[in-house]
Formats: sequence, structure tokens, C-alpha cells
Amino acid sequence: MSIAANQIGVLLATLVLAALFLVSLGVGAGDVTLFGLWHGTAELDLLAISRLPRTVAVVLTGAGLAIAGLIMQAITRNRFVEPSTAGTAQSAELGILIVTLLWPAASLGFKTLAASVTALLGTAFFLMTAHRLPPTQPFLVPLFGLVYGSVLGAVATLIAWQLDLLQYLSIWSSGDFSGVLRGRYELLWIGAFLVVAAWLVADRLTIMALGRDASIGLGIDYARMMQLGLGIISVISAVTVVVVGVVPFVGLVVPNLVSRLMGDNLRATLPVVAVSGAILLLACDILGRLIRFPYEIPVGTVMGIVGALLFLVLIFQPRVRG
Amino acid sequence: MIDRRLVFLGALALACMVAFMTIGLRGNLGFVLSLRAIKLIALIEVGIAIAVSTVVFQTVTANRILTPSIMGIDALYLFAQILLVFLLGGLAYTSLDAKLKFGVEVVALMALSLGLILPMLRTRLDMGFLLLVGVVIGVLFRSLHSLIARVIDPNDFAVAQASSYANFNDINSELLTVASLLTLAALVFVWHARHVLDVVALGRDTAIGLGINWTRTQVACLLLVASLVAVSTALVGPVAFLGLLFVALAERIVTTRRHSILIPAVALVAIIVLVGGQTLFQHLLGNSSTLGVVVEFAGGVVFLILLWRGSRK
Amino acid sequence: MIRIENVSLAFGKTNILKEISVSIPKGGITALIGPNGAGKSSLLGLAARLLPLQAGDISVDNLSVSSTSGKVLAKKIAILRQDNHVGSRLTVRELVGFGRFPHSHGHLTENDHRIIDESLRLFGLTEMSERLLDTLSGGQRQRALVAMAYCQDTDYLLLDEPLNNLDMYFASELMKSLRNIADTRAKTIVIVLHDINYAGSFADRIIAMKDGQVVADGKPADIMTETALGGIYGFNIPVISVGGQPIALPFRR
Ligand SMILES: Nc1ncnc2c1ncn2[C@@H]1O[C@H](COP(=O)(O)OP(=O)(O)OP(=O)(O)O)[C@@H](O)[C@H]1O
Ligand SMILES: [Mg+2]
Repeated sequence: MSIAANQIGVLLATLVLAALFLVSLGVGAGDVTLFGLWHGTAELDLLAISRLPRTVAVVLTGAGLAIAGLIMQAITRNRFVEPSTAGTAQSAELGILIVTLLWPAASLGFKTLAASVTALLGTAFFLMTAHRLPPTQPFLVPLFGLVYGSVLGAVATLIAWQLDLLQYLSIWSSGDFSGVLRGRYELLWIGAFLVVAAWLVADRLTIMALGRDASIGLGIDYARMMQLGLGIISVISAVTVVVVGVVPFVGLVVPNLVSRLMGDNLRATLPVVAVSGAILLLACDILGRLIRFPYEIPVGTVMGIVGALLFLVLIFQPRVRG
Repeated sequence: MIDRRLVFLGALALACMVAFMTIGLRGNLGFVLSLRAIKLIALIEVGIAIAVSTVVFQTVTANRILTPSIMGIDALYLFAQILLVFLLGGLAYTSLDAKLKFGVEVVALMALSLGLILPMLRTRLDMGFLLLVGVVIGVLFRSLHSLIARVIDPNDFAVAQASSYANFNDINSELLTVASLLTLAALVFVWHARHVLDVVALGRDTAIGLGINWTRTQVACLLLVASLVAVSTALVGPVAFLGLLFVALAERIVTTRRHSILIPAVALVAIIVLVGGQTLFQHLLGNSSTLGVVVEFAGGVVFLILLWRGSRK
Repeated sequence: MIRIENVSLAFGKTNILKEISVSIPKGGITALIGPNGAGKSSLLGLAARLLPLQAGDISVDNLSVSSTSGKVLAKKIAILRQDNHVGSRLTVRELVGFGRFPHSHGHLTENDHRIIDESLRLFGLTEMSERLLDTLSGGQRQRALVAMAYCQDTDYLLLDEPLNNLDMYFASELMKSLRNIADTRAKTIVIVLHDINYAGSFADRIIAMKDGQVVADGKPADIMTETALGGIYGFNIPVISVGGQPIALPFRR
């Protein structure tokens, strides 16, 4: 992939994202028009309190999840894993549930912290197990992760059921941006910092994808990078689950699509993955707002369909050579 | 001679049924007993449907960790159900007779399975791949189901939630007669074909060599599986790993894959787990709504263990 | 100098390496030969700290591999493993460029680019430098991996069966290149070979391993004899002399 083509790719993706961003500001139950913005404060308020925060939240979530998936694929050396198919998101849910149980008045920040810790533990267990599955059967790892996730989900459901918290659980387990308002989404910015952090270690991540031996041979502290990657994945997932709920497939399909087009040199592709993740999620969110206007379809549902279809295309289409 | 272990399982199943009917009886005896009898029949039916469909599916796919639900067939049923509502118009469809509706759904599911699942089984893909595709298809149809549900009734936020776990508590007993007939027919058919299934289990090439019409058998088995999945899903909702749990337990006990022994064994294990579990949860723990989740959890763990063991051989 | 002292290794109850002590002084090519399962790859893995040391000590230029930081060692010693699965979609140039990581941490300088170009040229990859790895043939990919290890530009280069998948031309080209850099750049190369004739022709020293032990160690002329080879491999291998060069003929019936 030449540098020029690469830059054109980034530019194009950014333009698409900008366009979608504007569309997203305009779509919703209340009208926002340029005329109205100029004249009235009500529409300005709508924009500042609801529409803008929501759009920013979608962008941050999309970018964060795509990067979390990318990192996970690099450190497991398996293209078919992502946080929501590896028990990460479900572990985070379990964490929030436990905090809600023990300390209902806990702040959002504390819940995020707890969710991060459980996400970390759950994912670490998954990685340790997945590591020992035979590398000759790459599909076993995501399968194992999916079922592992659903077993964790069953535990969460069981707890929630016993304590009448099912309603909460359904909020966390299906991603939805309709409740995002100013003051309620800012934690997502943590994800943005982590995306930047990932970009700083992009070269190391690329090398990690070459395997443990190659990494150590090139002087990389493999164990520490593993921990760092795990940390980034867990925190991004936890923040997402706390603020918007589980959003499937973004981390799975976006890195794969970008890899097909631009290869796996993460220093070049990581920004594109982040932007594309934002694009995909924003497009799905807008779609969810339009399908049954003025009602909303949660983005988790839309993503479940779009993502599953994209994923099926990805795994059925033999890898193009060239 | 009947296998001793089968006798033991039968006795245990019977004990569970008796316990289910008798423990904690209170109030109007006649009323309570008839209520319980209906529920008992439903539970047995669901158990048999899940057990037999899983055995047949595993045999015909030559795969020991596959269940119809893992391949997304029950999600397909939910989808077929809501698709019909969508196509035929909510009101017209809901005013149909429940039995007729169920019949239409079963046919729709059969058609969908033949159209979607059969080609996948035909391609003879690597097992892990097949499973992954099945799981993703399950997610796809569940999402489509909740999308259509919301399009039909935007305020019905409960739909998606309600359809994600099996509920053995409020069984849809309206369908009991149709479901019973269907299950019974399937049972007779499977019993009749038990020796053919033994041959099918040897794999496609050997089976053809032994004179089995492979295509016809595969289609027949899949249709059977589809109708049984429709029965269990219509009665209690989706179950992902339950069948796996039943078959794994039964195989452990009878240590054979011969269908003449395995099928009754699995059916009995299913009854023991479901009826016994329900007795335990409802009458002794006083909380029956969680049985579905608990067994699913156990089934999921069994699946992980099987996958783990199988992959490391 | 790579100094290996009393190194033992066990996986579970099986002893893979038994009290191995051997030193490889700076400079020259040392060939490591021996039957499958002798423990050659394990020994190289230990020396390149890819496997944790269980007993004994290994040091490279007096830096113990167990206590020296990975970053420092990455500039001292490079290794090519016997089996490499590269699943990433990288171009040949990108892959080779990652060999520079220990030096420049991803910010490639002029000098880095010079070395990358040279490695590509040395291993006949210039033409295909922009191709993706998964579009290459097995032998081409193997050359790219050797080039990456070479690009790391370390004093010590450990190569585990680098001739795998190479055709006759590139196998001999690779050996000539290695001979050349050993002579002109004072590099120390340890190479695992199964074709003992390559070992006999290009190496300065041959170390033979069997059942986790060093069973022979010496100049090619000493090892390339019927008795020595027969002892190492356990069957009769005739050796003839062609222009003063001993050639083993294991395929003679
Ligand atoms: N991870 C491991 N676990 C258990 N045993 C191992 C492991 N790795 C290697 N071995 C065993 O150690 C022994 C030495 O292996 P090694 O790879 O070092 O041999 P080698 O000399 O490189 O052989 P080859 O010429 O086939 O590459 C073999 O018997 C092998 O079976
Ligand atoms: Mg070896």
C-alpha cells in the first residue's frame, strides 16, 4: 500500500464521517434546521443537549470498539475475535451488576472502574484458554468466545432475575444511544485517549501479530504489551457497556474490512480503522432513527443485522489474493 | 433384553413425575392436579422434542457438539413467526386460530431450514466454521426478529427481552394437542428409522456405500428436526445448549451411540432434568422462572468443555 | 561469544537437553546438525531467550540472556525460527522493515531505509518488495523472513533451517550471502542445517547434536567422515571427495 493511496483513504473516510456527522445532527424526533438554529434558542438547546452529545458519543464508541477489536485480533493472532465475542462485554456487564447490587448509589465512574476490572479478569481468562486451543482451527477461538460470553450472560441474567434487576441488565446488554445526553456520555472520552495510546504503540501491535517469538526477537516486552492491550480492550469495553450498552460486531467487521483493503501495518491502518468504526456505527445509528421514524430502533439491533451480514460475507468470501 | 441403565433412567424419570405431581399439594386438589398434569405433559413434550431433535441433528451432521439451536434453527423459528405477522398483517394473523397459526409457522420453518441450513450442511465445511456461521446466523435472526417486532409495535420493548431465554414457567398450553401429535409422530418416525440412523452416523460416504439414499435421508432428518424445534420453541422459547446437555449426559450413562438405546436414554434424561428441575425449583426453592437460565448455563459449560476436549485430541 | 554452560531443558518428564556446554566465539559460521528431535531448535530458542532457561546459563558477549533486557538483546542477537506463520497482510518491505524496530522503534531513518534496501537486494526480494506476504510462494516468504532477521543487523544471527522451501539456486545464494557477511562484516552466524553438504561447504565449524547432547564438534573435515556421520545419524553414509571437498551421499544405496 503506497503512502499516497493510504492518505487518500484516510481523507475519504474522514470526509464521509464528517458528512454523516452533519446528517446525524439533523435526524431525530425534533426538527433541527439551519433556519431554526439561526433564529431560535430551542433548537440550539436541542442540538447542544441531545443531538451533539449523541453524535459525539456514537463516534467515540464506534472508534473505540473498532480499535479494541483490532488490538484483540492482533494479540490473539485471530481475525475473528472482538470484545463482545470474547466475554469481555459480558464480564463488564457482570461487574456493573455486582456493583449495582452491593452499592446501588455508586457513581458512574466507580461503576466503570468495577466493570473494567471484571472485564479484565473475564478477558484474561478467555485469552489464557483461547491460547491453548489449536492454532490450526482458527474458528474455534471465536466460537469458544461466543459461548463463553453467553455463559457469562446467563450468570448475569440469573443474578438479575433473582434481584429484579432484569430491566437494568437489558439496558446494558443492548446498545442504545437514545438516552445519551450532555453530562451522561463524557466517560466515553476515555476511549478516545486509549485510541491515541494504541496508535502510539501501533508498531508494537503489528509485531505482536507476527507472534510471540518474533516479538521477543525484536526486543518487545511481550508480557507487558499483552497486559497493555488487555487493559485497553477492557477499559474501552467497560466504558461502552456502562454508557451505551453492548454493541456487537463493530470490532469484528471494521478491522477485517480495512485489513482487506489496506493490509495490516497498523501504523498506517489504525486511524482508518478508528474512523471507519465511527462511520459504521454512526450510519447504523442514523438508520435506527429513520427506519420507524419518529420511533427509534436501538443501534445494538441494527448492528446485529448489519454486522452479522457483513461478518458472514467476510468469512464466506475466500481471501482475495493480491 | 432391556438395558439395565434404561430401566434405571425410566424409574428415575417416573419418580420425578410423581414428585412433580404430588409435592406441596394444597387447595382444590382436582384443579391443582389438572393444572399440574398439563404442565407435566408440556415439559415432557419439550424435553423429548429437544432431545430427539438434537440426537438426529448430531447424527445427520456427524458432529457431536452441534445442536439445532446452535445452528440458529430456533432463531429462524422466531423469525419465521414474526415474518408471518409482518407479511400477513398483524390483525389478520393474530386473529387466526392458534393451532392453524402454529401449523403455518412449522411449514414456514421447514421451508427456511431447507433453504438456509441444508445448503450449509451440504458444503461439508470445517466444523468450527460451520458452528461459527450458525451462531452468527442465530444473532442475525434474533436481531431481525427484534427489529421487525419494533417496527410492528414500536412501544413493545419487551419483545426482544422475552425471546432471549427459555421460560418453563408459563408454557403455551394452547398448542399442547397439536404439539403432542407432532412429537408423537416424530418419535414413531425416529424409532422406525433407528437402524437407518445408526448407518447415517457412520458418515456420508459409508452410508451411501451401504445403500442409503443420502439426500433423501438428510432432507427428511432436517424436516423432522425443524418440526421438533418448532414444538419446543413455540412452547417455551429458545434453548441453545439444552439438547447438548441432555445428549452428553445420556451418552455418559449408556455409553453408546446406538440409536435404539440412545434415543430413549436421551428422552428420559431430558424428562429427568426438566421435570426434576422444575420440581426442585418450583416446589422446593419456590422460584421456577430461573430453571431455563440455570440449565442453559450448565449446557453452555458442557459445550465449552466438549469443545475444549474435542479440540485437544 | 555465545557461551552456553550446563544448559538442561525438560518438558514435563522428558529431558530435551542434557547438560549442554558449548561456546561459539565471535565470527564465522557455525552449523548445527543432527536428527529430528535432537534439540537444535530448543537450544537456539533458549539462546535467543524465546524459551525460559531452566538450568544452566547462556550469555551473549557476557550479557546473560536471562537477566538482560529484551531491548538490549534485540540489538545483539537475531533469530529466525523454524516455523513461522505470518498471518498479517503486510508487504515484503513492511515486514523486513520491522527488523529495524529494535533500533529505531518504528521511526525509520535514512540509514534504516538503506539497510532495508540492502537486505531486500541481498535476498532477491527487490522486485517483489511491494507485494503482500500472502501472495508469495513458500520459498519467497522464507527469504523475506531471513531478510527481516538480517535487517535486524545484529552481531549474532541464529537461523533455524533457513533453507526450508528454498530452491537450489536460492539455497546456495543464501549460503553465499551468509558466508559473505560473515567474512566481511564479522558477523557470527549459527545455522541449523539438514543438508550436511551445505554445512560441509560453507561452515567453519559443525556442531552435531543427538538426543539432547552434543555428540560431535569440530571442523567440517573432521565431521564429514563416514564414521562421524554414521555415529550422528545412525546409518551408513558414504562420503566421497570431489576436488578435495568431502561430499556425503546419503542417497547411495
Ligand atoms: N513445547 C514442547 N513440549 C514438549 N516437547 C517438546 C516441545 N518442543 C519440543 N519438544 C520436544 O523436544 C525435542 C527437541 O525438539 P527440537 O524442536 O529442539 O528438535 P530439533 O532438533 O530442532 O528437531 P528438527 O530437526 O525436527 O527441527 C523433541 O523431541 C520434541 O518433541
Ligand atoms: Mg528444529
